[in-house]
Amino acid sequence: MSKPKSTSARTSASDPRTASARPDDTTPAMCFDRATLAYGGRVVWSELSMTVQPGEFLAVLGPNGSGKTSLLRALLGLAPLAAGQLDVLGRPPRRGNPAIGYVPQHAGFDRDVPLRGRDLVGLGIDGHRWGFGRLSRADRARVEAALESVAARVYADAPIGRLSGGEQQRLRIAQALVGDPQILLCDEPLASLDMRYQQEITELIGDWARDKRGTVVFVTHDVNPVLGLANRVVFVVDGRWAAGSTDEVLTSESMSRLYDAPVEVLRVRGRIVVVGEGSGAGFDLDEPHHLPGHVGAHA
Amino acid sequence: MIAQLIHLLGYDFVQNALVAGILVAVVAGLVSRFVVARNMSFAVHALAEVGFTGSAGFILIGLSPVLGLLSGSMLTALLIGTLGLRIRERDAVVGVIMGFGLGLGVLFITLNSRYASEAFAILLSGAITTVSRDDLVLLGIVGAVTLVGLGAMYRPLTFATVDPVVAEARGVPVRLISVLFLLMLAAAVAEAVQVVGVLLILTLLITPGATAERLTAHPGLATVASVGVALFATVGGILLALVTTVPVSVYVTTIAFVCYLSARLFSSLPIASIRRNRT
Repeated sequence: MSKPKSTSARTSASDPRTASARPDDTTPAMCFDRATLAYGGRVVWSELSMTVQPGEFLAVLGPNGSGKTSLLRALLGLAPLAAGQLDVLGRPPRRGNPAIGYVPQHAGFDRDVPLRGRDLVGLGIDGHRWGFGRLSRADRARVEAALESVAARVYADAPIGRLSGGEQQRLRIAQALVGDPQILLCDEPLASLDMRYQQEITELIGDWARDKRGTVVFVTHDVNPVLGLANRVVFVVDGRWAAGSTDEVLTSESMSRLYDAPVEVLRVRGRIVVVGEGSGAGFDLDEPHHLPGHVGAHA
Repeated sequence: MIAQLIHLLGYDFVQNALVAGILVAVVAGLVSRFVVARNMSFAVHALAEVGFTGSAGFILIGLSPVLGLLSGSMLTALLIGTLGLRIRERDAVVGVIMGFGLGLGVLFITLNSRYASEAFAILLSGAITTVSRDDLVLLGIVGAVTLVGLGAMYRPLTFATVDPVVAEARGVPVRLISVLFLLMLAAAVAEAVQVVGVLLILTLLITPGATAERLTAHPGLATVASVGVALFATVGGILLALVTTVPVSVYVTTIAFVCYLSARLFSSLPIASIRRNRT
């Protein structure tokens, strides 16, 4: 098993088309203007106003079921807004936007699914097109480059169901990046990965964002793995939200206001830990994943 | 025996059976890959059983049983597609529809006069050698439409099957694909019933795909292997039945099962596990 360090992983996939294909840098990557999203009759966030510039790394935080994923669905054009406006790269969201790459939560493939890593990445190029189709030579080269960029070529021909969670997530990132997107949406990409893989995956995403000046929206219940990368944070609870830098949002005052209950935000040895007093405000701090970081879980 | 076979191959009904068999096998093998990957065995069962009800109904009013079968399974596919969109509820929806469909089937059988019982026996266990020219034309049209449809949505169907979350994010109309696939599955079921009958339908719509999964992780090769197994079992079964007195479906199910067992055996061999596992 070879597991190259990410330093070797980042030297690759330099596509000559990228530099010229970028829009001018004055167009915001995404712009929410009093945007309200309802899901099943419930408002998941209301009147969200926020502008994300190209190259920014936005961490989306909040308890489970707070609408973090809905934010991504709105950006992907899968969930229309109930009110307000949203622009992605200067245009309303639309389904199948090639400028957006998407990395889902690690769910694990069935052991016997007839699919190899390179097939998964290839689907990122042409999986949405009708017909039988076959990748062109140029597209196969792009798949190869994407595999190389996440150091996944060694296991690209193995059945995907037999790979480890970390290896599958690497392939997911290659799949999301093979179309050379400008925005990368990540929905809990670290969930159910162990610490070492978490670090590798965050590094890959951070490297891409820096090298390509890509915009990242990173949904996570634990802010700690991306503390060094996220220059923006939006925290969503019960339709309420707070946005700003990590230092602005992740404070005892702003978190207490969001949760409508006394919450203390502690900084312990470079990590952020959020502690509440109980389940009185509709959240239970004894259950992991409800808050970004939680005592004992990351010891 | 070979001479006898060659002699029989000169007959019209034998040629019809072989052409129909090849057509059905190609459609079934292709569909089977996705049935297995999408966990739709139960739906296959329901489509066939309610197809039987359609057939019985059409016999009752004096219309073609093949057309009845097709109508019954298509209608069932539409119902499953509209009522059971979420995976969680699909099994229950399939069960509910199948229950009612079979109830109707019993009614139609009761209403039919006794002479129709032979037609029912044929439906249940298949009788490819009784396929007429007209049936062949109908099978050909349905098969061609299904093949064209499957070809047209092969890539998005693959994407939506193995990776539905990302497929949706990339703009694949996952729900539409789901309903379209159910309709093609219904057509494939109606075709396969002609060879193996309602009771043995699973052998052509599940075994080939399940066998292929054991042989390769390459998605294209798996599709080819699935079609290959379906063809081998169908054509082999028809030829063997010609020179013996055992019905076609017995041979088809047996050959398919032997293929599956061999694939299981092959995939457990050290050489296969080296190839299938990471290098």
